[in-house]
Amino acid sequence: MADTKPIYQLNNVTKVFKDKTSEVRAVDDISLEIKEGEIFGIIGMSGAGKSTLVRMLNRLEDVTSGEVVFDGKVLGNLNSKETRTTRKQIAMIFQSFNLLSQKTVLANVEIPLKLVGVSKAQRREKALEMLKIVGLEEKAKAYPAQLSGGQKQRVAIARALVMNPRVLLCDEATSALDPKITEEILNLLKDINERLKLTVVIITHEMDVIEKICHRVAIVDHGKLAEIGDVKDVFSNPKSEAAKHLILPTVTGDNPFDMTIKKCYRIVFDGRAATEPVIANLVKETGESVNILSANTRSVGGIGYGQMIVEFPLDPRAHKIVKDYFTKIGMEPMEISKEVIE
Amino acid sequence: MTSQIWSLIGNGVLETLEMTIVSTILAYIIGVPYGILLKITGKGEILEQKIVNSILALFANIFRSIPFLILLVFLIPFTRAIVGTSIGTEASIVPLTVGAIPIIARMVEQSLNEIPYGITEAAKSMGANSWQIVTEFILPEAMPSLVSGTAINMATVLGYSAMAGCIGGGGLGAIALNYGYYRYQKDVLFITVFILIVIVQIIQESGVFTAKKIRH
Repeated sequence: MADTKPIYQLNNVTKVFKDKTSEVRAVDDISLEIKEGEIFGIIGMSGAGKSTLVRMLNRLEDVTSGEVVFDGKVLGNLNSKETRTTRKQIAMIFQSFNLLSQKTVLANVEIPLKLVGVSKAQRREKALEMLKIVGLEEKAKAYPAQLSGGQKQRVAIARALVMNPRVLLCDEATSALDPKITEEILNLLKDINERLKLTVVIITHEMDVIEKICHRVAIVDHGKLAEIGDVKDVFSNPKSEAAKHLILPTVTGDNPFDMTIKKCYRIVFDGRAATEPVIANLVKETGESVNILSANTRSVGGIGYGQMIVEFPLDPRAHKIVKDYFTKIGMEPMEISKEVIE
Repeated sequence: MTSQIWSLIGNGVLETLEMTIVSTILAYIIGVPYGILLKITGKGEILEQKIVNSILALFANIFRSIPFLILLVFLIPFTRAIVGTSIGTEASIVPLTVGAIPIIARMVEQSLNEIPYGITEAAKSMGANSWQIVTEFILPEAMPSLVSGTAINMATVLGYSAMAGCIGGGGLGAIALNYGYYRYQKDVLFITVFILIVIVQIIQESGVFTAKKIRH
């Protein structure tokens, strides 16, 4: 995937919202590329500017400065007709689904085709085909109110796919759904990405979502791009405070230990190292030990990763021995500072 | 009561229905686009036009703030110019329509306001133009609310039509006034009022019923 050409190129994109009294830089000088065919995640806390950023990708928001280049075209240079034509190649799904409650599932999926004047028979055929892809063809005659949240999002996905778009933008598409349904929707998106070679851009505040299906991730913090890279690299070796912050809560979760007063470290090991008894070897080789506070395994972009939160000895000499040991075997421990947790 | 009065009342019912239905239809033909324009030229909407919106809002407010009885008198020259007379059922239709337009426009605007902005955003993201956003997304979504609003507006026009009786309009209002008030025939007054109540009930309930039936 590394050699594919970018479908999106963002050059110094900035968005400033002004009102009478204040000025908010929702997006602040962001430059990045999204490659054709990848699943690209944009993650940040709420208010970080990610929703504004994704709305600039289909020009629901105009940039204040900088440019968004889609498939070689600068979106800001298009007239309104060209913008509408371009939008038909950029589908979008939403947290609140935004289905028409007064129309049947089938009619909802048909809408984008209706807008371009496709005949009723053809619309129906194509819409049913899309409903089949998302596994909801038996609900064609139902109304959105009769569907569960997960089913509504499937309908929205079918509606998004009906125009054979180049890109699918997902704005917090799973945030209103429970974890099991979220997983189903993510699997569906992954499947669509692989089968239809569709570029998928995912906006979320949940690291789990990114870990499960994204290839690359951009971390947005206070409107700025804090970090960008392959998900597995960001996961195993986060550089920015924002990235550390986003990765850790899923580890610490309900951790009853107060890790801020101890010398706590995060250690990540991939599938290869997971087969070795790392902690036992540490004890055998150095005679020192660590206290495991939390440990779990997760799949990041299809690769199994383990991560552990361990407490190192407080004695400076023993502490150094343990730290050096982990560094030696290629598992650079990341200190969990108070700032990261807060 | 004589059979003459009964046939008068029967005739009055027909006139009242004619005035109410025709005026409501005419007022909707103008009031719906008016309401849509009020909505879509508003702040943050798809065709934001501050000046146009202010003018539309101002006119709607002016016409709604004039008491209907005054509007009736005020519009007599206009009615004469259009219908040729200011007396009778047909003549009443003119002020009734003019009076109903701003009420309908505001009611339509209100119904459209109930539709979440997400629907507009989804429509835009699909490449819909402004016309399509209104006709394919917002209006269909607002339909149940528009229907129940229609029942309320029609009942209002019915009430206004009775007032039109004061200045020579026909219908039940004129009968109630002429026989019940000026000639102290309380029985005629009660019967006409009772019939008006029944008509309002039928309009309101059928509006509610239809709205419920089409709402999903």
